Amino acid sequence: MANPVAPWGNAQFDGFAKVTEIGPLGMITLRAKRDVAGLEAAFAALGLTLPDPRRIVIAGDKAAGWMSPDEYLLILPYGAVNDALASLATSLAGQHHLAANVSDARAVFRIEGDKADQVLKKIAPVDIDTLAVGELRRSRAAQVAAAFWKDGQGYTLVCFRSVAGYMMGLLSHSATSGSELV
Amino acid sequence: MLTLECPYCGVMADETELSPGYEAHLKRYGPGSSDEEFEAYMFARKNPKGVHFERWRHAYGCGKWFLAARDTATLEVFGTYPAQSSAPPQDLQDKIKAKRPDWKGYK
Amino acid sequence: MSTRLSKGGRLIDRAQAVEFSFNGKRLRGFAGDTLAASLLANDQMLMGRSFKYHRARGAVASGAEEPNALVNLGRGAFLEPNQRATTTETFDGLEAQSQNHWPSLEMDIGVVNNALARFLPGGFYYKTFIHPRAAWKHVFEPIIRKAAGLGPAPKEMDGDRYEQAYAFCDVLVAGGGIAGLQAALAAAADGARVMVLEQTPVWGGRAPVDGDVIDGMAADLWVKTAVQALEGMPNVTLRTRCMVAGVYDHGYVLAEDRVADHTPGDGRPKKRLWRIRAKRIVAATGALERPLSFAGNDVPGVMLASAVRDYVVNWAVSPGDRTVIVTNNDDAYRTAIALKEAGLSVPCIVDARAVANGPLPTQARALGIRVETGKGIAKVKGTKRVTGVTLCMQAGEGAGLEDIACDAVAMSGGWSPVVHLWSHCGGKLTWDDAHAMFRPDATRPPISHDGLAMVYPAGAANGALKAAEALVDAALAGASAAWANPIAAAQADMREEAALEPVWIMPQGASYKLRAKMWLDYQNDVKVSDVQLAAREGYESVEHTKRYTTLGMATDQGKLSNINGLAVLAGALNTDIPNVGTTTFRPPYTPVTLGALAGEARGEIFQPLRRSPIHAWNEQANAYFEPVGLWRRPYCFPRGGENHAQAIEREILNTRIGVGMLDASTLGKLIVKGPDAGRFLDMMYTNVMSSLGIGKCRYGLMCNENGFLSDDGVVVRLAEDTWLCHTTTGGADRIHAHMEDWLQCEWWDWQVYVANVTEEYAQIAVAGPKARALLEKLGGMDVSAEALPFMSFAEGTLGGLPVRAYRISFSGELSYELAVPASFGLELWEKLVAAGADLGVMPYGTEAMHIMRAEKGFIMIGDETDGTVIPQDLNLGWAISKKKADYLGKRGQERSYLASADRWTLAGFETLDGSVIPDGAYIIAAGVNANGQGNTQGRVTSTYYSPTLKKGIAMGLIKGGLARAGEVVEFTKLGASPVKARIVDPVFYDKEGAKQNG
Repeated sequence: MANPVAPWGNAQFDGFAKVTEIGPLGMITLRAKRDVAGLEAAFAALGLTLPDPRRIVIAGDKAAGWMSPDEYLLILPYGAVNDALASLATSLAGQHHLAANVSDARAVFRIEGDKADQVLKKIAPVDIDTLAVGELRRSRAAQVAAAFWKDGQGYTLVCFRSVAGYMMGLLSHSATSGSELV
Repeated sequence: MLTLECPYCGVMADETELSPGYEAHLKRYGPGSSDEEFEAYMFARKNPKGVHFERWRHAYGCGKWFLAARDTATLEVFGTYPAQSSAPPQDLQDKIKAKRPDWKGYK
Repeated sequence: MSTRLSKGGRLIDRAQAVEFSFNGKRLRGFAGDTLAASLLANDQMLMGRSFKYHRARGAVASGAEEPNALVNLGRGAFLEPNQRATTTETFDGLEAQSQNHWPSLEMDIGVVNNALARFLPGGFYYKTFIHPRAAWKHVFEPIIRKAAGLGPAPKEMDGDRYEQAYAFCDVLVAGGGIAGLQAALAAAADGARVMVLEQTPVWGGRAPVDGDVIDGMAADLWVKTAVQALEGMPNVTLRTRCMVAGVYDHGYVLAEDRVADHTPGDGRPKKRLWRIRAKRIVAATGALERPLSFAGNDVPGVMLASAVRDYVVNWAVSPGDRTVIVTNNDDAYRTAIALKEAGLSVPCIVDARAVANGPLPTQARALGIRVETGKGIAKVKGTKRVTGVTLCMQAGEGAGLEDIACDAVAMSGGWSPVVHLWSHCGGKLTWDDAHAMFRPDATRPPISHDGLAMVYPAGAANGALKAAEALVDAALAGASAAWANPIAAAQADMREEAALEPVWIMPQGASYKLRAKMWLDYQNDVKVSDVQLAAREGYESVEHTKRYTTLGMATDQGKLSNINGLAVLAGALNTDIPNVGTTTFRPPYTPVTLGALAGEARGEIFQPLRRSPIHAWNEQANAYFEPVGLWRRPYCFPRGGENHAQAIEREILNTRIGVGMLDASTLGKLIVKGPDAGRFLDMMYTNVMSSLGIGKCRYGLMCNENGFLSDDGVVVRLAEDTWLCHTTTGGADRIHAHMEDWLQCEWWDWQVYVANVTEEYAQIAVAGPKARALLEKLGGMDVSAEALPFMSFAEGTLGGLPVRAYRISFSGELSYELAVPASFGLELWEKLVAAGADLGVMPYGTEAMHIMRAEKGFIMIGDETDGTVIPQDLNLGWAISKKKADYLGKRGQERSYLASADRWTLAGFETLDGSVIPDGAYIIAAGVNANGQGNTQGRVTSTYYSPTLKKGIAMGLIKGGLARAGEVVEFTKLGASPVKARIVDPVFYDKEGAKQNG
């Protein structure tokens, strides 16, 4: 089996901020209510921490984000997904939940640089200035759904795979040198 | 361009993050219901100038449906609450009654 | 003549000359000029022609309210029509052209309309272009299109970049005059996030021009100090060249930022549209001076008194050597004084009031200026340029008392607060009789989501016209808007001004001849006589009068004309101005360019284009794409010199006799899981899904509560508590939302989760008699009929890639749909193409798919359905459970009309001559309806040339349906005789299903 390919070929753009398509990352959508027995243990078994509402907890190459009161996004290395699904099935056996591999359904971008915030300010109806480190925001990026969070020297943005090209174009347009928000 | 607070994720959401779902607190009438009941359920919608209860979905956010009480004329939002409510919360009803003494209730 | 003065000009940099062109003529200006200032400095008073009469026009104002001086800027891909010369900054290389004239600005044929003005009264368009109807198309419209209009629409794609940005703040201050700055200081003092937006390039507004003294400093210095203080506050953002265009619900504000209008080609976006969410808004938008209505008040050289002052003080430009002032208030005396101080001649101040003895008139008299009270201007002399005025008694009928030679007239009819932002979201106005103006009614503000006031007017925009009052008002407004503690306002020296006296017509008893030359709306050529005529013809509502006369409907939206027009209407109706009321104030405040509204959404990112994982291969294979929602799906793959029909025929025949491949990745895929999932799907689908065996597939129908068919697809049972529902391509998000709606809002106690995994998988249909052979060449799993029978699925590997293979068929052939993780979709596709080379494998597109399914009589959502069709209409009763007590749509389908035997139901059609029935054709019935139209008894829903059967085939809905099989009916055909077709079974191909089951 060959390596999985990122939806937009790991494209890059250098403007006043740097835009890079990263991934593919391993991703699992986990639907479960917070009070499901064993949920915390299920996360712990994967080396993850159950996030608070609207937060994402990052631990090395893994992360767990709160998507809704009964939905989490688990991020892991691409090759680790099948084992993680098996682990979840064991941890949550008999509990009402749904875990689905969505690694290939998404495109992931990094937006980096001192002015990375400005790229998002141009596309999302979100008060980026008050977005806390570790806050996961689901919203709209121009005309498509997106989720993003601030970490390190930039932001990570996740959208659907089919619009990876649109997102790359959108982020590149927004990051074009000379269009800084002065 | 409204802003409504999603009661699930706490985001003050821009209207462009939301999708509308029209009137709230409808009772479903299925097989066995009379023509009148079915007509009322399917077609007879309130269109008040004033207090109104609506369904909204935080479509671009957490994906959850919620309900909102709003004045259709002034656009004042009295409150939002989870869709899993068969009636508006009492404190919200009290608040609306205090602000709009002429309000006849949500039914 | 108008010229540049040798000294002064607070906004220009004489060290920095700039060269620009106007109508091809090369001219010079200074950095800091507006285009209007530069033109006036070059004695170019004539700047344009009016809309209707093509009258010669010059700038009447100095800012955003300008109705006359509209020009085209740039050329080709950078052409911008209808730009105000008064707000355009002059830069090196600027190219401007005047507009609405032919052949030239100086010599305009259209001015003949002017001579015919008495035949073109108010409502002219409504009265004239009604009869005869044919004349509209062939006579009126072509003439009007040539003669009227402003600048030409650009023909090329806009060469500039635009973008949008979101911003959030506690208080947005619109306007950077002294009131705006004072309000911002007050709002920001306690730490609130404040944005201050100023439409011009400079801070301070009118106060520096008017010579106000604030906190002991010249206004210029106070402004500089205030801006510095605000710049030093981390919670404050300041932007110039940024016009607040509109205030919308819940504090949503649009503002147009002219980022690089004045520095084209420097790599920055030309404009940026700010989409701001402000908790509160301070409208410190100032006031606009009103013209006076006297005959000839539109002749180039007649300007607002404040504009004349602006040109002299800001840009050291004198609009004329000899300027007559005409006024009904004290403020205009400032213009006379400013002109005099600049060494220019002011032959007379004509004051309509009986008495003018305040400090300003006294100062003017002391400077030796003649003041005539109780007088007015009977008429202005000159056509392309003022040559003089005739004085009269204001109280009289316009008999000339005296002619005064002059080349400019500065007029002032008082001031109107700019209440637009207050009014956009429903703020109400009150009439202030003392100042003859509408101002915001503080008791009836626009409100925000919390039910509290959303907009706070400040300063002149709130009717506080004098600097001292404006500052106090603004400090309070700023603090109130931020819900902050009040701060002490800056103190401006108070100068006494006597009250104005409303003057709506000059002279009061003017004859018709004079009134027909008194312009209210300059751009649209609406005169006092037009509004009076409208009133006589019965137009009492101001909104109707506006539309009838076009008063206030020009690009300036009546900034100068509305109040004067209202007053004239009130006079004609013999009522008060507040009784007439105002027209509605709608955004934008000044025109916003379409490029800014479109923002980044053009070219490649005009809309999100959804690409399947196999898209790149499809592109390389010369696919012709069709839009399906936001997806682009291959319609067909033309080879060599094939046209589409030839390509489609080849693709179908190859699939029917060999093997074809379809990129079906776009199909919706929803996982439904939980203890109540079976029960839930039984409600969602018309048939029973809870009984589906694990590993099996079942075709299902979904209806809405009305009973109408909404979506279809194959449902797969993956495990005891888990199903996978396929939806149509267009239905994926819609059906996902539909399921969530019912789960969250109706059956919230049911334990069911749904996950949309549409994009997780690439899906490839491999169809045709050689499909199995192809998969066996890749190897890895048993795809035999025994291991993998029709309507079942298996998981395994093919060519080393993980797949789930479904034995389902939309083509009627032996068919496998292979789902593979999207990252490997292209790899699997390419392996199939390579392995299938010697089997003759070819890709086929959506049109081949459509035709093959039609040959099989399979329905298509959107073809056989249109939102009014129930499954029973499509002979799909077999897919509707009779046993279930309930499913979505069941009650709806029980309604008498839907259960009627008269409904049009599905049948197949074969034309007698083998031709193809036209798309959308109706089936003709005998007789005509009440409107004399032919009756119908059905319509075609799918119609194709069948390459397999070598003839036209169709499906359609017909009254009586298949019970009428064998009957010949007629389909309509535009411009030809009806097409005869026989009613037949809609399954045209492989009726027994031996091929797909094989």
